[in-house]
Amino acid sequence: MKPFLPIANLFTPATRYFFFTGKGGVGKTSIACATALELARSGKHVLLVSTDPASNLDEVLETPLGSIPSPVAGAPRLSAMNINPVDAAARYRERLIGPMRGVLPEAALRSMEEQLSGACTVEIAAFDEFSGLIGDASAGADYDHILFDTAPTGHTLRLMSLAKAWDQYLDSNTSGTSCLGPLAGLEKQRAIYESTSRKLAEASVTTLVLVSRPQGAALREAARTSAELRSLGISNQRLILNGVFETSCPTDVIAQAMERRGRRAMDQSADFIDSLPTSILPLRPVNILGIEGLRILLQGESDVRAIPFTPAKWTAPRLESLDHLIGTLEPQGHGVIMTMGKGGVGKTTVAAAIAVTLARRGHRVLLTTTDPAAHLAQTLDGQVEGLSIARIDPQAETAAYTAEILRDQAEGMDAESRALLEEDLRSPCTEEIAVFRAFAREVARGTDRFVVLDTAPTGHTLLLLDASEAYHRELQRQARSVHPESVVHLLERLRDPQFTRILLITLPEATPVHEAAALQEDLRRARIEPFAWVINQSLLRSGSCDPLLQRREEAEHRYLSEVVERHATRTAWLPWQPEEPVGPEPLLKLARHPIPGALEAAASS
Amino acid sequence: MHHIQLYDPPLCCSTGVCGPSVDPQLIRVSSWLNQLKNHGVRVERFNLAQQPEAFADNAEVKAFLVSEGPDHLPLVFVDGRLVLKGSYPDALQRTRWLDEVRGTSPIPGIG
Repeated sequence: MKPFLPIANLFTPATRYFFFTGKGGVGKTSIACATALELARSGKHVLLVSTDPASNLDEVLETPLGSIPSPVAGAPRLSAMNINPVDAAARYRERLIGPMRGVLPEAALRSMEEQLSGACTVEIAAFDEFSGLIGDASAGADYDHILFDTAPTGHTLRLMSLAKAWDQYLDSNTSGTSCLGPLAGLEKQRAIYESTSRKLAEASVTTLVLVSRPQGAALREAARTSAELRSLGISNQRLILNGVFETSCPTDVIAQAMERRGRRAMDQSADFIDSLPTSILPLRPVNILGIEGLRILLQGESDVRAIPFTPAKWTAPRLESLDHLIGTLEPQGHGVIMTMGKGGVGKTTVAAAIAVTLARRGHRVLLTTTDPAAHLAQTLDGQVEGLSIARIDPQAETAAYTAEILRDQAEGMDAESRALLEEDLRSPCTEEIAVFRAFAREVARGTDRFVVLDTAPTGHTLLLLDASEAYHRELQRQARSVHPESVVHLLERLRDPQFTRILLITLPEATPVHEAAALQEDLRRARIEPFAWVINQSLLRSGSCDPLLQRREEAEHRYLSEVVERHATRTAWLPWQPEEPVGPEPLLKLARHPIPGALEAAASS
Repeated sequence: MHHIQLYDPPLCCSTGVCGPSVDPQLIRVSSWLNQLKNHGVRVERFNLAQQPEAFADNAEVKAFLVSEGPDHLPLVFVDGRLVLKGSYPDALQRTRWLDEVRGTSPIPGIG
């Protein structure tokens, strides 16, 4: 492997735009914040923008943020904001509906509002705010640099490709209408999309920073993102390997395994790592929150090992094994089990462990993943009797939906009408609908078997939920069309606690716990009650003699307590694994892992 | 030249394919309007979700929204005269209109 570059190399010279992307949980937000602080410290005016619907920027910066830039306390010249798609859609709606108040009757305004609440509007509204910051010459003029902390990969790829997609769509559209509104009013929008698309591809203007952990799945995802964005012309790319760990403890099994696992993952992705300018950041003893912590993030090795460590007294809360939790899901014999949570917390692993366990106990199980890499699920294909694997792939779903509509609707149409229909189907909105319908379809399959659904990271889950509610209202109102059964009953199935069991997966760390807690509130607002929480990759009782791991273990305590005492009605616990659990046997073993002595909840709970 | 004005209920796109379910009739209507346009008919189509001003500017449409409500859209005007409310032209009507336009006779009022 070629030598790593010092991290300062990232911003000397600094381009006007930076994008930080990567799998969930790799440290995008921390690194984006640290970079923004460093640029601001050097005298530049900097705007930091999160495009994640489940943004953690507020928590990491310890500053409440909104939809317009606000100054960050304690950091001169730095401002930050969140582009929240659901809020952006509300503003978009208000722009159209506001002027009609008192002009059109209330019922007409309500029906406009309903129509403008779908997935399509939500995506367009967020994209408009995003592209406005880049493509609109007057926006962002107050700043030398604009940094984007983006949502986990899939969502970001979509955002960055939309500028080109809408530009091309508007370019070829002949019908005069579109989901964006009448085309005549869109000239300004189009110029912005075109300019955004161009600036993203300009190496002297935009830097794409791929963030990864020294971990197989995260590196594979970074490599795939790199290739996809390169195909959009975004070629000024860099890689940061965050959380590289070297132990000082030669006798410690856990610490040695952790170091080895990281090294092996990096070796396996050596070609990809070598293909980009790469920097590394060491693993931190605690996760970084607040301006002061962020300032040291980019300043090399911490000296934690030199400080003697004495753990504070702590009483562990009551936890149960995953196997025990599965036992309570089992009697129903069918239904949907969904794993939700922040990116990188192990949703796919937990979903796979549950699916394998249920199948081994004689149930018919479908494991459906939305993970674009779907590496783990693929390894199970055909391996366990009773277990089948499915995947929601946005491109494949869009192609299938388009083909279905053309087959059912275009029969007997003249060529020109067919072309018109095809044109509407080429709208980037079609993908939102196709994915939503696929989600509804997979949920419906739970009527006669177990469907274990590994959802996308929180942000996307929130948008699916929003769409489910919006479409539910729309379907209730209008009886003019033929609706798929799966879509009609989606929300009612999700709300039925006997049918859908939602598991919130988290790591014992601040941000994943708080993101899951916020998601739980959102679910409750939609009258969906989560079934249980699962704390994954815990170092509790690891017995490590590495001072850094000891500190990480101690840092877990407050979050284990917080989950059990404040958020969850029941909590399952899984330990950090020296090997990534791949294949049926390691997954079964993971689910059966006992709780460290004295922590187990009463078996009757 | 004939002039058709169609006031749609709130829609995402003109064929409805970007909604939660597809309305086959919307697709047929879009295709039909396109054919009329090719025969020289002036076609204007307004979507309540995106062009509410058009509904507010037409006194007759606005009055309809107050008295009947948005659930009873669409409204279809031919040469300024309201000929259809609460539904799109059905297959028979579409054929008749198209036949009329292909000939030279005026579009008959239907309702």
